[in-house]
Amino acid sequence: MKFGDWPTRAARFATILWAAILLALAPQAAHAQAATEAPVAAETVDAGAAADVTADAAGETDAADAAGGYEPLGPEWIKGQPTPGALDVQEQYSPIGKTATGLHVGLLWVMGVISLIVLALLIWVIVRYRRGANPSPSKTTHNTTIEVVWTLVPVLILVAIAIPSISLLTKQYESPPEDAVTIKVIGYQWYWGYAYPDNGGFEVISNMMPEDEARAKGFPAQLEVDNRMVVPVDTPLRIQTTAADVIHAFAVPSLWFKIDAVPGRLNERLLTIEEPGIYYGQCSELCGARHGYMPIAIEALPRDQWEAWVRTQPGGTVGGDEPDAAAAAGDAAATLEAGEAADAEAADPAAATN
Amino acid sequence: MATTAEGFQAHTEDAHHDADHKPGFFARWFMSTNHKDIGTLYLIFAIVAGILGGAISGIMRAELAEPGIQVLGYWVDLMGGEANFDANLHMWNVLITAHGLIMVFFMVMPAMIGGFGNWFVPLMIGAPDMAFPRMNNISFWLTVAGFCSLLFSAFVPGTAAGYGAGTGWTVYAPLATYGHDGPAVDFAIFSLHLAGAGSILGATNFITTIFNMRAPGMTLHKMPLFVWSVLVTAFLLLLALPVLAAAITMLLTDRNFGTTFFDPSGGGDPLLYQHLFWFFGHPEVYIMILPGFGMVSQIIATFSRKPVFGYLGMAYAMVAIGVVGFVVWAHHMYTVGLDVNTKMYFTAATMVIAVPTGVKIFSWIATMWGGSLEFKSPMVWALGFIFLFTVGGVTGVYLANGGIDDVVHDTYFVVAHFHYVLSMGAVFSLFAGFYYWFPKMSGRMHSELLAHIHFWIFFIGVNVIFFPQHFLGLNGMPRRYPDFTEAYAYWNHISSAGYAIMAASMLVFFANIAYAFIAGRRAPANYWGEGATTLEWTLSSPPPYHQFETLPVIEEHHDYHDHRPATA
Repeated sequence: MKFGDWPTRAARFATILWAAILLALAPQAAHAQAATEAPVAAETVDAGAAADVTADAAGETDAADAAGGYEPLGPEWIKGQPTPGALDVQEQYSPIGKTATGLHVGLLWVMGVISLIVLALLIWVIVRYRRGANPSPSKTTHNTTIEVVWTLVPVLILVAIAIPSISLLTKQYESPPEDAVTIKVIGYQWYWGYAYPDNGGFEVISNMMPEDEARAKGFPAQLEVDNRMVVPVDTPLRIQTTAADVIHAFAVPSLWFKIDAVPGRLNERLLTIEEPGIYYGQCSELCGARHGYMPIAIEALPRDQWEAWVRTQPGGTVGGDEPDAAAAAGDAAATLEAGEAADAEAADPAAATN
Repeated sequence: MATTAEGFQAHTEDAHHDADHKPGFFARWFMSTNHKDIGTLYLIFAIVAGILGGAISGIMRAELAEPGIQVLGYWVDLMGGEANFDANLHMWNVLITAHGLIMVFFMVMPAMIGGFGNWFVPLMIGAPDMAFPRMNNISFWLTVAGFCSLLFSAFVPGTAAGYGAGTGWTVYAPLATYGHDGPAVDFAIFSLHLAGAGSILGATNFITTIFNMRAPGMTLHKMPLFVWSVLVTAFLLLLALPVLAAAITMLLTDRNFGTTFFDPSGGGDPLLYQHLFWFFGHPEVYIMILPGFGMVSQIIATFSRKPVFGYLGMAYAMVAIGVVGFVVWAHHMYTVGLDVNTKMYFTAATMVIAVPTGVKIFSWIATMWGGSLEFKSPMVWALGFIFLFTVGGVTGVYLANGGIDDVVHDTYFVVAHFHYVLSMGAVFSLFAGFYYWFPKMSGRMHSELLAHIHFWIFFIGVNVIFFPQHFLGLNGMPRRYPDFTEAYAYWNHISSAGYAIMAASMLVFFANIAYAFIAGRRAPANYWGEGATTLEWTLSSPPPYHQFETLPVIEEHHDYHDHRPATA
């Protein structure tokens, strides 16, 4: 722990104390666990923060907040997540996902029909040509016509698949426009960092939220994180991925988006999210022991709310405005601590899972 | 040559008095130069490795039955570690790594090529043995040594979190270099070196045998399709394995001697490793399935009492699969950040493989068309193979699309796909081959009833395990996860139940083997009847210790479309 951390720690302790007192008096004492992890934004000891904590504990997330008009979206905003017992891909919220779903459904039909044709042929030969029904076998071993047909028909089917498939690829590789918002996604063992080079260069450190806490707050366990990757909705995003140690993969199934984070390389892909909401993903390249516990949570907000969020970040700027001195001072320490916490406390093994 | 033959006369004389002259136990099984004995050793080895690899998947399915970490801690304790959160998770990675490596290198490959290839390639081409009998022995014992090295790796430190190599069977850098500082990965690499060397020697042996030791009159276009399949496989091994050897040697020097082939901090590139690995890895999947194709061709023809339909098409489809299999490797790397043209090329090239594969599926059906089908145990396994391999094949076409792959890459959909082609494709063909040839190898008939029961329970079990994994993958569940969010619990629970069904069927399998040795009736030379026409059926069951002392002659009057050799 760095010496400079102590004011933040003291502030957090005071917040927790406040929350505990309030909750002891209030009937929602059961939510004490949730309250202990009050949002970073509420770290100043004043009436506003206390109000915030109680609002959180009651499960209300849209309450106004003292630190710059940003409040993390609540569970009612979850859009991209797995569904119990689901059979198909998650609902898609990006243009590329919607295009790809069309091809995906077409391919499911092709797969189903071919499998059923082969099954039907097998059942037919089993029934029709069983020894009882056909005691003396034919000696046919050759039929050029049918051999040409069963070579060419698959070729035609594959060409029919390849055309939309290649055009989907072209679309996926469209370059982001010049005014796209750049987010540099950095994989670490075992958490994610989201840097915003166009907005002051701050980096958000994102660890998995302990499972009990996530459940208590109404979020899916193992998918929710402490600090989400906050992005503007309906805006082209230039997602760049890299890694600091081993290879990770940044994957969000409901956005049809997956790109590896490779050390020494910078991968770039365009992403646009069409609706505000929360979209979950998980690391998708084996990266060591806690590979399963470094989820991704993207929070897409309307542009103005996203800008408000950026201004709450240390050194966060929008379109060249001056960094908000107060926010920068207040949160630089917070982010610093989050970075350390990644190794020390937030990722505490026991707390994280069991 | 005549004089050389004179020189060996003493031995021949010896054998003359006792046609089944066999060496003593130790010399016979530990210093073996007999292709049938080495084949038997390979099969026993593959069964032992398969039990271990299958048991590991049982631990995996038990862990995945419910969300949370429940059973891994027990195994960490059992293996002498200290169960804690990270140690449990590392144990998971060690288990998935071991399952993959064991099943690929020490179960499927030894059974297909080492076991059935060794046993039946010389018999089917009318040769007395393999071309290099001593090298054959070295191949086997190198494989065993490789297996020991892999097992040993589980008992030395891997990462700070625990013992063993938790890199996945792909051993990707940099997780396998500075991500694993203990010596476990070195042992795993050494294991691949040994097994790979054994396979390269084996491949050389098969190519030489098939090119030089065919009986008079057996041209390449008259060879049984199983021999064709082993020939193509041997070429794939010979060309692919040296690339793996190079890649893992570079990995070894990166780990131990300060090179930076795969380390960006020294100008290297982690993706170089992936290119090298998959240049080997993709042909490897065909290495695992092509001999299965060959066995299924033999079996379908036998039980249809009809020659294989489109023999030349079948043989050259395998050649085509082998050739194209070398130029599609980067479809395993669609998400690493390939450029758009590369991804388009690999999408198109990968889909091309569906064409020769389709030719094979349709030719098998056409072989049965008009035939007189008898549903003995090998035939039901072969029929199961055709259907399940088709299912695995069409999901392969789905995955071939680079743009579609973005949502399913590294998810359970991929796991379902490759288990349909391997755990069902390759393994069904192995069981088909086993029931087809077991009486020939052992001299004892197995129980047809038990074999059918084994088939049906296994068929239901593996489908219950793997079909739901398609749903999990489409819905986003990543691979190589010991734990999952509650939404994935439903299908994972069903998948784990399927494992129990499959495991029960394996008890039937072992009961069947025991039955055959205890009470099985003696197998005649050709117990499958008139459909079985290849040369192994002209010999007793089991065949004499040295067969074809007089070479069989393949008659010339056959139409070349009817490849099946008649014996002199």
